[in-house]
Amino acid sequence: MGTFPQTVWAYRRENGRVGVRNHVVVLPLDDISNAACEAVAAHIQGTIALPHAYGRLQFGADLDLHFRTMIGTGSNPNVAACIVIGIEPVWTQRVVDGIAATGKPVSGFYIEGNGDIATVAAASRKAKEFVHWASEKVREECALTSLWVAAKCGESDTTTGLASCPTVGNMYDKLIPRGLHGCFGETSELTGAEHLAAARAASPEIAHKFMRTWSAYQKDVIEAHKTSDLSDSQPTKGNIAGGLTTIEEKALGNLEKIGKKVNFIDVLTPAESPARGPGLYFMDTSSAAAECCTLQAAAGFVIHVFPTGQGNVIGNSIMPVLKVSGNPRTVRLMGEHIDLDVSGIIRREMTIDSAGDALIDTIVRTANGRLTAAEVLGHREFVMTKLYRSA
Amino acid sequence: MPHLLVHNRRDNVGVVVVEDLAVGANLLCVVTEDNSEFRCTLQDPVPIGHKIALRDLNLGDTVIKYGQDIGRVVAAVRKGEHVHVHNLKTKRW
Repeated sequence: MGTFPQTVWAYRRENGRVGVRNHVVVLPLDDISNAACEAVAAHIQGTIALPHAYGRLQFGADLDLHFRTMIGTGSNPNVAACIVIGIEPVWTQRVVDGIAATGKPVSGFYIEGNGDIATVAAASRKAKEFVHWASEKVREECALTSLWVAAKCGESDTTTGLASCPTVGNMYDKLIPRGLHGCFGETSELTGAEHLAAARAASPEIAHKFMRTWSAYQKDVIEAHKTSDLSDSQPTKGNIAGGLTTIEEKALGNLEKIGKKVNFIDVLTPAESPARGPGLYFMDTSSAAAECCTLQAAAGFVIHVFPTGQGNVIGNSIMPVLKVSGNPRTVRLMGEHIDLDVSGIIRREMTIDSAGDALIDTIVRTANGRLTAAEVLGHREFVMTKLYRSA
Repeated sequence: MPHLLVHNRRDNVGVVVVEDLAVGANLLCVVTEDNSEFRCTLQDPVPIGHKIALRDLNLGDTVIKYGQDIGRVVAAVRKGEHVHVHNLKTKRW
């Protein structure tokens, strides 16, 4: 195993968590508050609005997930301070209170009885204060393993299973035993390798919890809604163009990214924050990149490593998404999206071990402030997961 | 530099890892789990990342990759030929 830095320069937040970005977020509680949030962000430099499609007439588990995603996003250590704007005060305050539990500055505004213009004016004044405050935060030396690093692969092909996913797995094998938090998800995309995933649970109880989660998706969603089969969607057209033929083949490549040594210590619901300390976690997520990344960021992950074969261009509003590709054609044709080229693995010029060290180095540089390709290219995907139709 | 990579010695398919190989090419094949090498002749034009059969496969046979079941053969395929959606299908959904 090579040597790599043990520390990063990052932001230590009020609750002790470590962030690698210093965003001031303007967060809409609901779809109809997007316009006000975007107006604030257009006016106040150094803020970012996170428009999305939901937040009205949701109920039950779907509403719980909405609040968990909103509060989790504002609470993420990459967020220095947060403005929340909603149509009415009660649910707006619920999100404000949830984020305030982290100790970071947060302030809520509501539109009913005020109108967009007065709301935008008041929120802009507060946002300006927050930006000044956040801009004086300085990076401190923090342990590399204090980072929470999530993973998900996309536009996979056969090279992801050969090169980029094993690279991520090698990084997890090296850093998780030293105290890193890791996370993988993509419930449907483990189909064909679910028995191998279950075997990587840290206890029979966690294996059972994993199989229950995986089976519930098969039964409640796939069996309830499929037409002929899912082969028009899983594998995707991009996967098939890249040489992947079946969901089993895709799943086996996908699972390479959890490495060989580390077992997962809990099964998280979507956007649920890990609570069992350092280790690898499985989260019940969609396999769609933007949804999965949004849920992992809402759970508190601050860096995302994303193996891609055919070239998924995903980013995230608050969490740097670092792309790793082992496909030389993709690196050549769309290299502007790739942060780490591991195509040397399939040429046998690079080992999985040296690629894992190179990924750790890229994580350190990203944590220290190097912008990812997705950040520089303006990818700010923020996509909420919705469980069922609103009332 | 290998032309074809195979994950596991039990696999009956391998992945072409270089671009623009000609039909009839004598492929250097490497098994990644133990770095063992063998040779195979390419019988179809196959893009980078796509699979070929390492032995003749008959209707109903199980295709093995990573040492695991990745589906069933739905049209016979001969050694060195392209294996993809036209002759391999999932056993799930």
